[in-house]
Amino acid sequence: MSSTTVNGRHRGFSLAEYTTCLNGIVWREALRFLHQRERFVSALVRPLVWLFIFAAGFRQVLGISIIPPYETYILYEVYIAPGLITMIQLFNGMQSSLSMVYDREMGNMRTLLVSPLPRWYLLFCKLLAGTAVSLLQVYAFLLIAWFWDITPPPLGYLTVLPALILSGLMLGALGMLISSGIKQLENFAGVMNFVIFPMFFASSALYPLWRVQEGSPMLYYVCQWNPFTHAVELIRFALYGQVNWISLAVVGGCTAAFMIGAIFAYDPSRGLARRGPAGGET
Amino acid sequence: MTATEAPSITQTSPDVPARPNAAATPALSIDSISHSYGTRRALIDVEFTVPPASFTALLGLNGAGKSTLFSLVTRLFGIQTGRIGIFGHDIGREPSEALRLLGVVFQPRTLDLDLSVMQNLLYHAALHGIGRREARQRADQVLTQIGLADRAGSKVRDLSGGQMRRLEIARALLHRPRLLLLDEATVGLDVKARADILSHVRQLVADEGIGVLWATHLFDEIMPGDNLVILHQGRVLARGEVAQVLGEAGAQDVNSAFMRLTGARPGIAAP
Repeated sequence: MSSTTVNGRHRGFSLAEYTTCLNGIVWREALRFLHQRERFVSALVRPLVWLFIFAAGFRQVLGISIIPPYETYILYEVYIAPGLITMIQLFNGMQSSLSMVYDREMGNMRTLLVSPLPRWYLLFCKLLAGTAVSLLQVYAFLLIAWFWDITPPPLGYLTVLPALILSGLMLGALGMLISSGIKQLENFAGVMNFVIFPMFFASSALYPLWRVQEGSPMLYYVCQWNPFTHAVELIRFALYGQVNWISLAVVGGCTAAFMIGAIFAYDPSRGLARRGPAGGET
Repeated sequence: MTATEAPSITQTSPDVPARPNAAATPALSIDSISHSYGTRRALIDVEFTVPPASFTALLGLNGAGKSTLFSLVTRLFGIQTGRIGIFGHDIGREPSEALRLLGVVFQPRTLDLDLSVMQNLLYHAALHGIGRREARQRADQVLTQIGLADRAGSKVRDLSGGQMRRLEIARALLHRPRLLLLDEATVGLDVKARADILSHVRQLVADEGIGVLWATHLFDEIMPGDNLVILHQGRVLARGEVAQVLGEAGAQDVNSAFMRLTGARPGIAAP
């Protein structure tokens, strides 16, 4: 990120310029989020419906044995809380990518992409901004869940933060990668069906993997290969001050892979170049 | 706002130096650019330059390839063949240096309608690494100059079409570029708003020495002293000063020259 000297001229960008750019993108994302209060409400209502209605109904049906990181028997609500947190982040990541498709259709995306700062950095800033928004949603959910007897150790609220950032980045990068391949906003509904629901249901969000294995060994392997499962487990362990190293490696690796894919797809000489101009332009 | 009343954006020194021999370097050089969408060829061996402190009109019908060319210059698309330089900086090899010297007004509106006028300007400034205090000073300055100082807190969606375009031009100048691209900037505006914006941009060329590439399909936006590039079906048919192009085409006016060169029906590009 440092400046260089070429042809006797000062080049590149200072750290202050990079920071200003990051602040600007996060600030804009926060403003948009504040302007869309219904987005915040719906982001909270969704997991709360699962928690208050679905979990209450299934509590008696699905018994949970003692599995790490839990040290005793737990309520089903406690078990699915990390899955619902990750669901918030999944929806937020997809929502961010939806807004990128919208911005591209409306032309706003060009403002970002013609910035002189490196494109990978601009996309990374966009990703961080989306993750920051998801953190607000997650902590609001945890606050409400606390009144529902979902009370991880006090330190867990802090130790979960790095896991939330990493999983938020992974799911945001996935959304960004998907958005790069979508030409029109209308096509996004299909993506929701083909990405969000399979990722969520074929994971450890709603039921432990040993339960899945009992029911369907095939689905068990699908769940194990699903990066969403590892995001859930990373958050579950972090909420209790522990690290699930395998999940950490998978989430970290997937974040890097999705991010590289998104940068590649938004590279003007590759992904965007294959598209024609926007409607009405020539 | 008439031509004499057109506001000017004070351009102090640019934030980024051009090449050491910038005086002799074109603001924009397009060398042998070709571009295809699959099998459809949008640009074919396009070549021209925009001198510094000049107004160059890029004239072409809808579908001529103007927006594709703009997407290449702004690096939204990658260059397939040829080279594009901005004050000597190759857009492919030195994109940051090139883009720092460039301001753009795209054909579709690129303002964030849900943000205020000031917030849009501050966001743009941040994308160019301009600190908050400096950005606010520059934004106040340009808003005063385009007559929108009292609308700084207004949502952009509450502005008129002409005001939005003026805001976009002001935004494009916030980071003090030395080359300004405007793609059909007057489309959808009424006659007065069109005249205001055109005179505003011409004033920038005269007062601030900015090189302007003005893409249009409207003949009446071209003045005798301008440079003219006629783009048709992806090819440059003529380029040079207006008088030179008219002479080569054996025509009395731009309209006739365009018709002769392209074989288009008269009046097809009337506003």
